Amino acid sequence: MTADNREKLAVQDWPGRADVVIVGGGIVGCAAAMFLSRYKATVVMVEQATDLAMGTTKANSGIIHAGFDAPPGSMKARMNVRGNRLYHELQPALKYEVNFLGSLVVAKSDDDLKTLEGLLDRGRQNGVPDITIIDRERVLSREPNLSRDVRAGLWAPTAGVIWPFGAALAMAENAVRNGVKVFTGCRLEGFMLDRRKICGVRTNKGDIACKLVINAAGRWADEVSRWAGDDSFSITPRRGEYILFDKSVGSLVNSVLFPTPTKVSKGILVSPTVHGNIFIGPNAENITDKDDLSTTAPGMEEIISGARKLIPDLPLAAAITQFVGLRPVASGDDFIIGPSALVGGLVQAAGIQSPGLASAPAIGELVSEIAAERLGLVRKPGYVEENPDRPAFAELDSRQRQELIARNPLYGRIICRCETVSEGEIVAAIHSPVGARTVDGVKRRTRAGMGRCQGGFCGPRVVGILARELGLPLDAIVKEGPGSQLFFARQTLRGGESHE
Amino acid sequence: MNDFYDVVVIGGGPAGLAAALSARRHGAGRVLIVERDRELGGILQQCIHVGFGLHRFREELTGPGYANRYLRMLADTTGIETMIDTMVISLTADRQVTVVGPAVGLRTVRGGAVVLAMGCRERTRGAIRIPGSRPAGVFTAGAAQRMVNMEGYLPGREVVILGSGDIGLIMARRLTLEGCRVPAVLEIMPVSNGLTRNIVQCLDDFGIPLYLSHTVVAIRGQDRVTGVTVARVDDALRPVAGSQFDLACDCLLLSVGLIPEVELAREVNLTLDGRTSGPVVDNRRQTSLPGFFAAGNVVHVHDLVDFVSEEGEIAGRWAAVFAAGGMGGEARSADVLPGEKVRSVVPQKYVGDGDHTGQCRFYLRVSQPLGRCRVTISDRTGRRLASKRLPVAKPSEMIEIDVQHSAIEIEKGPLTVAAEGV
Repeated sequence: MTADNREKLAVQDWPGRADVVIVGGGIVGCAAAMFLSRYKATVVMVEQATDLAMGTTKANSGIIHAGFDAPPGSMKARMNVRGNRLYHELQPALKYEVNFLGSLVVAKSDDDLKTLEGLLDRGRQNGVPDITIIDRERVLSREPNLSRDVRAGLWAPTAGVIWPFGAALAMAENAVRNGVKVFTGCRLEGFMLDRRKICGVRTNKGDIACKLVINAAGRWADEVSRWAGDDSFSITPRRGEYILFDKSVGSLVNSVLFPTPTKVSKGILVSPTVHGNIFIGPNAENITDKDDLSTTAPGMEEIISGARKLIPDLPLAAAITQFVGLRPVASGDDFIIGPSALVGGLVQAAGIQSPGLASAPAIGELVSEIAAERLGLVRKPGYVEENPDRPAFAELDSRQRQELIARNPLYGRIICRCETVSEGEIVAAIHSPVGARTVDGVKRRTRAGMGRCQGGFCGPRVVGILARELGLPLDAIVKEGPGSQLFFARQTLRGGESHE
Repeated sequence: MNDFYDVVVIGGGPAGLAAALSARRHGAGRVLIVERDRELGGILQQCIHVGFGLHRFREELTGPGYANRYLRMLADTTGIETMIDTMVISLTADRQVTVVGPAVGLRTVRGGAVVLAMGCRERTRGAIRIPGSRPAGVFTAGAAQRMVNMEGYLPGREVVILGSGDIGLIMARRLTLEGCRVPAVLEIMPVSNGLTRNIVQCLDDFGIPLYLSHTVVAIRGQDRVTGVTVARVDDALRPVAGSQFDLACDCLLLSVGLIPEVELAREVNLTLDGRTSGPVVDNRRQTSLPGFFAAGNVVHVHDLVDFVSEEGEIAGRWAAVFAAGGMGGEARSADVLPGEKVRSVVPQKYVGDGDHTGQCRFYLRVSQPLGRCRVTISDRTGRRLASKRLPVAKPSEMIEIDVQHSAIEIEKGPLTVAAEGV
C-alpha cells in the first residue's frame, strides 16, 4: 500500500460523527478506547504522532507500582492500586508482556527506616496487598549485588515490570478489533463548541462531530483543555533520563529496587526490564520545552551515581542505550481525572505522571464509566475480550518453531540477531491492526534493533522489509516522524562532480 | 539425514572459511559452515577498497577479491557443506548446534569439534553514551559501509565521522567519492587508531581534517540529525569547558571500536579474557572447553585479515585432530601473560605443538604508544625465548612475535610478553 493509498483510505474511512473522541493515543487513551469498546458507541481515537504510545508511554520506567507511594485518598493512590490489579486480570486475554517480580524499597539509615514504616502504613491504607518490611539478611539474599550497608527493605510482591508500548498496543488492538477507529498522524486543531459545550473536534484530517471528548493528550493536555475553554491546570514536562543495559548483565538485580524516597521523587532506581535487560534512572528535572528529549552528560552522571548507591558495582561497559522520558506533571500534582467543571462534554485524563503507567487501565476504566453514564451507553453484545496469539520466535520451543517455519519460512530467517527476531514477526507487525509504518515502530512491536548492537545489523534489513511490504521506495522509509528518512538514494546527490 | 559433522564452523567469514578448509585438509571427513548472512565472506564483502592479502597472497586485493580466493578453494574442495542465511540459535557443551534458516528450517547438528568464527560487532552510540537527541542519521561506520557498498544507498549527505579507526577513515574517503561532504573526522585520543597508510590515503589525499583529542558532546536534530557539538578533551578525555563548537551535518558515523561477538561462547560458558573480550585460547586455538576452538576477530580484533585467515587455519587443523580423537588426554600448559607495557596477548595459553617443529606466533597489543622498542617473550626463569625490535609501537596496531616451539619448556611457564623502550 502506498502512502497516497493509505491517505485516501484514511479519508474514505473518515468518521464525520462519533459518540466519543479520545484525544491522545498513549496508554491512557488506549486503555480508555479498550474499555469504551465494550459499549455500543462510535469511538474514535486520534493521535498526532506517526504511531501510538509515542509520548510518555514510550519512555518511562516500565513499572507497575504496587501503590504505597501516593497519599491515601488521592486519585493517584486509588488509580494505582486498581490499575495494578487490572494488569494482573487483563493479561491472559490481552497477552502483553509483564512480569510481577516485586519491588523493594531499600533503607540505609535510621531516617530511612522511619520512612519505610510510613510507606508500609500508607500502603496498607491504600489497600496494597501483601506488603511487608524484611530484614537485611532477607534483603541481601534476594539481592546479593545490593550495597552492603542496607538495613532493611519494604517488599511489595504485586509490583511488576511491563513493556509499556506493548501494553498500550495490546489495548489499542483490542479496541480496534471491537470497532474503535484509530487515526495516527492526526493532530487536534480545535473544538466545535456550542455554548461552552463540546459538539465536535477539528483535526488536520477533518472534523468529527461528537458528544464527548476524552482528553488524554499527555504533555499537551493543558493546551487541549484550554482550547475547549478550561484553563484550570497547566502541565510541566519533567525530564527523566535512563540508561539501559545489555541482557548479559540481566542477573544483576532480581526485582525493582528503589532507594528510600524523598519528598520530590521515588529516586533513581535499578530494575530488570520485562525483557531481561537492566535499567537505571530516572532523574527528575522540570523543563519548559515539551519536545526536548535530549539526554545530557550531567544527567547521565546523576543517574549513574544514584544507581551506585544501590548497586555499587555497575557494569557500565554493558550499557546499550540511553533515553529520556518527559512526565506530564499537572499543577496540582495529583492526576486530574473526571468531567471538566468549565466545559460540557470534556472528560479530563490529565497530569498522568508516575504512577501513571501503573494506573492507566484504571484511568481508562474510570473515564469510560463516566462517558457511559453521561451518554447513557449500554454494553455491546459480542465484545471480543481476547487478542489473538502473535508468535514471537524467541519465546517458542523447538516444536512450535518448526511448525511455524513449515507454515511460513519467513519465521526461519532471523533478522535481528541480538534479540532473535524473525522476518515473519516483522511482516506480521507491519500488517497487524495498528501496523508498524516506521523502523522504530517495528522495533517497538518486535524488539528488532533493541539489543546490544542497536540495529547495526538489522536496521537496514528492516528498512528493506518495510519498503517491500508497504510498496514504498527504500529512501522513503523513516525512523520515526516525518523527515526522519534513514537512507538517501545515490542519484539525489550532486551528479557528475568529480573529486579526483 | 546424517546430522553429524566432524567439524562444525560457526561463521563463514575469513576465519571460518580458512578453518573449514584447513580442517578438511587435516583429515576431517565432513565439515559444515553455518553463515547467517546471505553469502559467505563476512565483512570482506562490503570492503571494496584494496589492501587485503599482502601477507597471504603477496598482492593487494579488495575485500571481495580476498574472499573469492577462499571461495574458489572452497569450490575446489569436497566434503565441506555450507548453510547460508542460517543462524546458530543455540550451542551446548556436548557440541549440539541448533541452526535456523528459511531453507533448512530448524535443525540440530552435532560436531566432533566446533570452531567459533563469529567475528566482531561495532560499538554503538549507546555504549559510549553520547548525549543529545535521538534522530535518524546516527550509524555505525560498518553498517553505513554495507549500505553504500552492497545496497547502493547513502547514510547522509554531510557526514561527520567520530573515531579514526580504519573503518572510519575508509568511510571518509568512500563517502567523499560518492559526493558527500565530510567536514571532519574526530578522534578522542591524541593519536589515531587507524593504519598510517589509511590516514594518508583516506584523509590527507582528500583534504579531510582530522581533529585529534576531540569528541562529540551532543547530537542535535528532532527527526534527522542537523548537527553535532564537538569539544576538545583533556588528558583524562574529559571535554574542556569553552572549547565547544558546532558542526552542521545530517549524519554522524561512529567508528569507535569493535567487540568480539561472544554470545555463543557465553552460552557454553567459555572462559573469556577481559582484555581482549574474546575467549581464552591456547596456541592451537582451543578454548577452555575441549572440542571448542575459536579463531579470528571473535578471539581478538585483528588489524589485518591475513592474520585472521592464519588463525582460522590453526583452529581448523586442531579441530580436525580433536574430532579424530588425536588430541590425547590432559595436555600440560603454560599461561601466557601480558607483562610490562603490554595490554593483551593471544594465545593466552601454550600447550605445545604435535611435532614440536616450527614456530608459534603470539599476537600482542602494547598498552601505551612507544617509540623505538623491543618486544620480548620470556619464561619464569627469566630466559628470553624471542625478541623483536620495532621502530614504533601503537596500542592500535597488533604486533606479532614468533617463537621456536623447540625453545619453549612448558614446565618453565608462565611465559611473559613484555615491551620496553630502547
